Amino acid sequence: MVKVYTSSVLAAPADQVWRVVRDFNGLPDWHPAIADSRIESGLPADRVGCVRNFNLKDGGNIREQLLSLSDYDMTCSYSILVSPMGVENYVATLKLTPVTDGNRTFAEWSAEFDCEPGRERELAELVGNGVFQGGFDALKQRFGG
Amino acid sequence: MPRVVKSTILDAPVEAVWDVIRDFNGHEDWHPAVGRSVIEGGLRADQVGCVRLFELADGSGEIREQLLALSDRERSFAYCILEAPIPLDGYVAQVRLKPVTDGRRTFWEWRSEFDCPPERAAELVQLVGEGIYEAGFRAVAERLGLATPRARPGRAAPRPRPAPSTRQEVPAGAPAVTEAVVLERHGGPEVLSWREVEVPPPGRGQVRLRHGAIGLNYIDVYCRTGYFGLVEPPGILGMEAAGVITEVGQGVHGLQPGDRVGYACAPPGAYARLRTMDAALLVPLPDWLDDATAAAGLLKGMTAEFLLHRVEQVGAGDRVLVHAAAGGVGTLLCQWASHLGATVIGTVGSPEKARQARANGCAFPILYREQDFVEAVDEITRGEGCTVVYDAVGGDNLARSFEALAVRGHLVSYGQASGPIPPQDVAGYAAKSARLSRPNFGHYTGDPAEVRSIARRLFAALEQGVLRIEAGRAFPLAEAAAAHRALEARETIGSTILLP
Repeated sequence: MVKVYTSSVLAAPADQVWRVVRDFNGLPDWHPAIADSRIESGLPADRVGCVRNFNLKDGGNIREQLLSLSDYDMTCSYSILVSPMGVENYVATLKLTPVTDGNRTFAEWSAEFDCEPGRERELAELVGNGVFQGGFDALKQRFGG
Repeated sequence: MPRVVKSTILDAPVEAVWDVIRDFNGHEDWHPAVGRSVIEGGLRADQVGCVRLFELADGSGEIREQLLALSDRERSFAYCILEAPIPLDGYVAQVRLKPVTDGRRTFWEWRSEFDCPPERAAELVQLVGEGIYEAGFRAVAERLGLATPRARPGRAAPRPRPAPSTRQEVPAGAPAVTEAVVLERHGGPEVLSWREVEVPPPGRGQVRLRHGAIGLNYIDVYCRTGYFGLVEPPGILGMEAAGVITEVGQGVHGLQPGDRVGYACAPPGAYARLRTMDAALLVPLPDWLDDATAAAGLLKGMTAEFLLHRVEQVGAGDRVLVHAAAGGVGTLLCQWASHLGATVIGTVGSPEKARQARANGCAFPILYREQDFVEAVDEITRGEGCTVVYDAVGGDNLARSFEALAVRGHLVSYGQASGPIPPQDVAGYAAKSARLSRPNFGHYTGDPAEVRSIARRLFAALEQGVLRIEAGRAFPLAEAAAAHRALEARETIGSTILLP
């Protein structure tokens, strides 16, 4: 099992950041790698169990299912159903925590997954640096950090 | 129970910060509030259970604290106060560090909960949060040679959990004046008057809450007329509401100001803007459930839960007759029973209500004004009758419900909207080996653990979409009498709410 953990600090109150990232269908609005996204079966984007179907700007298609969403803990988790990356049992969690000193946000994005032996390092790099840090960098541009 | 949460970001790697703070006896080297400190009994400072005894640097006394947990992997520890010169009862604190991976920085959170006299809560929250936690952040930053962390100017003051209401709250520990619908004497809707009442501060185990929405139920009518002796005039009706906690009394655990809660239970008293009540009666509301829906559905939903799952276990193969199938509880019984696999037959008073009932899972709505429901059930079930009948109509209807019952059927009488129930011919029940239940809401919801268990199943059914509660008509709370008239005139569809 490969584990990836990425965290960052954003210069905006956590509830403000949460309003942006809690939208499970909102990736194209803030993540630079995502071209478009839709929720399958017409479900609301905050319904646990809903599936987002999105296209990457470089062409890949990914389907991910919302496993949990808590406005109280400002945490959501999801799994990958279909992707071109070659990961199995992929579960990721995105969590925001208020930093009371300066009213900022501590953001954590982590994942666990299985993959073909030998590809661990490459995939951990892709997920941790490409997907998660890429998202944080975009949020830092938007909110400061 | 006051809660303090403080957090900061230090410009140092997490290992360096952990190295300073993990030593349970090391605070004498860095915390400005701490004088000499020793570990009692010769234990190691990282042994769970060890006790540190230290002087306060200002000479105001000594404190004994015990290490409850320590994890080098999580970079966290927890401790409690055993003795202190200030009233921090039941004080438990947690410290945890997390790496900020994009900059070799450290997130540090320090949090605690404790009990104290309500009038000292604000002062002690400030003392702990600023005098201990934030002072500790600055001291460790200095020790590591970093720029002192300080709240950036021009930003809002940190608030861990903002309360949804921006209204001026009553001072803690003081009685409050609020407006309420008061039952002046038992009688018709005209005995309800709108006036000011006093709401006491929360005592031990109690909370004060501000209602966001209040549910209207037929039991309120029974309380108003005096049929149920639950409210002695002058008193306040209402057994169901949702709102936000504004103040907690001593000994309340797991709830704090700002928490959203609901309840559906005796004692009555919901027809008011503010209310003080026992915390054990409250159910925390999930974020996705708004006040209006909770107030519209909690009592009726909990009733449906125990009627379908506890009074009887309805399942596939059951033929269930629901009277007033478009009413508040009736609608939920239709939705849930059909989801459980039962064939649902319902009685309704109009084609519009028939349409509503059908949309909610009632496969065979019967217009009882046009067709005798016993005959209709006989046709629909090919003479077999219904295995379960839910009757809140009462009066003479109950004997007719018995006629619609199958052999070994279960007649559940849970109300009497049309009037008192005449004596039943129990000996005649032998003709069908029938069972009769007369459940009382209070007997199924008297125990806090059972209330939460009922609420869990109800919330799961709501979240999965098995149950759909639509707040029907909303009346201003001050017009509760008009709402009662509408309910008694059977003009309402679904659940009616009162808005304070």
